Amino acid sequence: MTLTSGDKQGNSQASETERWASLIGGGAMVLLGLRQASLRGVLTALAGGGLIYQGATKKSTIQQAQDAIGINKPIKVEKTVTINKPADELYRYWHNFENLPTFMKHLKSVKVYDQKRSHWIANAPLGNNVEWDADILEDRENEFISWVSVEGADVENSGFVRFQKAPGDRGTEVKVVLEYNLPGGGLTAAIAKLFGEEPEQQIGDELRRFKMLMEAGEIATTQGQPSGRR
Amino acid sequence: MKAVCWHSANEVRVESVPDPTILNPRDAIIKITSTAICGSDLHIYGGYIPTVQQGDIIGHEFMGEVVEVGRGVDNLKIGDRVVVPSTIGCGKCNYCQRDMWSLCDNSNPNSYLEEKLYGNVTSAIYGYSHLLGGYAGAQAEYIRVPFADVGVVKVPADIPDEKLLFISDAIPTGYMGAEMCDIQPGDTVAVWGCGAVGQFAMISAYMMGAEKVIAIDRFPERLEMARKYAKAEVINYEEVNAGEALKEMTGGRGPDACIDAVGLEAHGVGIEDFYDQTKQKLRLETDRPHVLREMMVACRKGGTLSIMGVYGGFVDKIPLGAAFNKGLTFRMGQMHGQKYMNLLLQLILEGKLDPSFVVTHQLPLEQAPHGYQIFQQKQDNCVKVVLKP
Ligand SMILES: [Zn+2]
Ligand SMILES: [Zn+2]
Repeated sequence: MTLTSGDKQGNSQASETERWASLIGGGAMVLLGLRQASLRGVLTALAGGGLIYQGATKKSTIQQAQDAIGINKPIKVEKTVTINKPADELYRYWHNFENLPTFMKHLKSVKVYDQKRSHWIANAPLGNNVEWDADILEDRENEFISWVSVEGADVENSGFVRFQKAPGDRGTEVKVVLEYNLPGGGLTAAIAKLFGEEPEQQIGDELRRFKMLMEAGEIATTQGQPSGRR
Repeated sequence: MKAVCWHSANEVRVESVPDPTILNPRDAIIKITSTAICGSDLHIYGGYIPTVQQGDIIGHEFMGEVVEVGRGVDNLKIGDRVVVPSTIGCGKCNYCQRDMWSLCDNSNPNSYLEEKLYGNVTSAIYGYSHLLGGYAGAQAEYIRVPFADVGVVKVPADIPDEKLLFISDAIPTGYMGAEMCDIQPGDTVAVWGCGAVGQFAMISAYMMGAEKVIAIDRFPERLEMARKYAKAEVINYEEVNAGEALKEMTGGRGPDACIDAVGLEAHGVGIEDFYDQTKQKLRLETDRPHVLREMMVACRKGGTLSIMGVYGGFVDKIPLGAAFNKGLTFRMGQMHGQKYMNLLLQLILEGKLDPSFVVTHQLPLEQAPHGYQIFQQKQDNCVKVVLKP
């Protein structure tokens, strides 16, 4: 973990953060630790507070506004899959975010600006796009990458992926946790659709496609095959 | 091209559909020369397999000639004559690499659906519902074969289709059914169901050292086939009580191993059969477990049940107490064709195995609806239908 002793000030906020840190590092049910606070806050705290986002216990203004008008809670999903490849290979592919649209169907493109910042474009219904810039928060080679959208994103989101050696010769356990804060207004329904009726399924499908691509070199499909349907 | 499309329970039609194309680098297109109707296709035909959609091309037992290969396939070329395993395996995941091909992680594009129902994902099977991948099936003129660089078996040109076709599905299924029995010299093996899989399970059981094989069915012509070609002693369960007959034929012990080559459409006799038929019709259970129940009671203490007949969902009234207290071992699963096909081809080439005896009907593809009907109704002594596109 990158938490330094400077973060430990004996107060409850630091110990909370430490708890999340060990959860994310240790692989327990991360969401259990995230029920009360945003993933963004946890990741930010984990990254050592180098970026000025909301802390673990503070709420974003967007979220406060949502709470005030009774709009939905943020969507949080997590999923783990075991891939029959070494961690470094998986980490390398994922770390180039421009690769992500090959297995993440909702993404149109990702453009990497530099070591830290990238620009994401997702397909929204009715030919619309939603876009945001994201920053890498923490990056541990072959182990862990976390990212958050920067202020002003169409969809405020954050997430991390963790690569951990599986027991035996089973390869690498890849865990992804994502959180989306949906904006209010008419866009909400459209964006909810963008992330699937069941976000859990969406991330599950995406991880499975990642696994197929890494193991089999291609993503299994039946799109475009013949049938007698009319 | 022409293809057999499922429309509704007990209705298939031969229709004109687009030709398949290469969709992924590791694909190949095969021109089908022979394709069989498998006993488990009858579960689809009868409407018992969920997530089969109107218009789906069905069929999973086939062979033919390579007519096109994707850029990721370097071990097949146009003109190769091949037999293709019915379960689709990527060859690269942990399961494929451990020769458990029917448990492949990567071949099912609809994995979320299956994961919800079964808790995990298994391999796709050609033409066997969207739950199991939704791939177009083999009862057609052409088929797209994914991951064609692994598992597909090249065969010599001078051997007729009828000797080779069944290493696609029925023979490895029967063979694996016998292998899972862990047969010791002197063992007695009972096989429920005398269709093609049952016949090959019996022959395989002898190859693995069984001293006696007992076949159980209700159709005299199938029992006769088991007697003649698989050298089995036979029980017609409509004439005698199968459980008592098995006790009698095994010195009161029961068979050392029992193979289910029937699956979810099992027939029984009396009130219990009525119960299953009714519950299945009312969708209160998906599968009729008559054979399972009978095997659990008939098997000797410490024996093995090997389940190769297909089950899809839920079953009722299983005598688990019998199985538990008798210390039975259960083994089951879709077959790992790719594991066995080369060995089985070798046996055929050496003349040690000639599976063509199971073929009772050869029909042009156009007559598939008739083929399904006579196979389902067991009319005209039908045991196995081979379709010729
Ligand atoms: Zn079959
Ligand atoms: Zn596989």
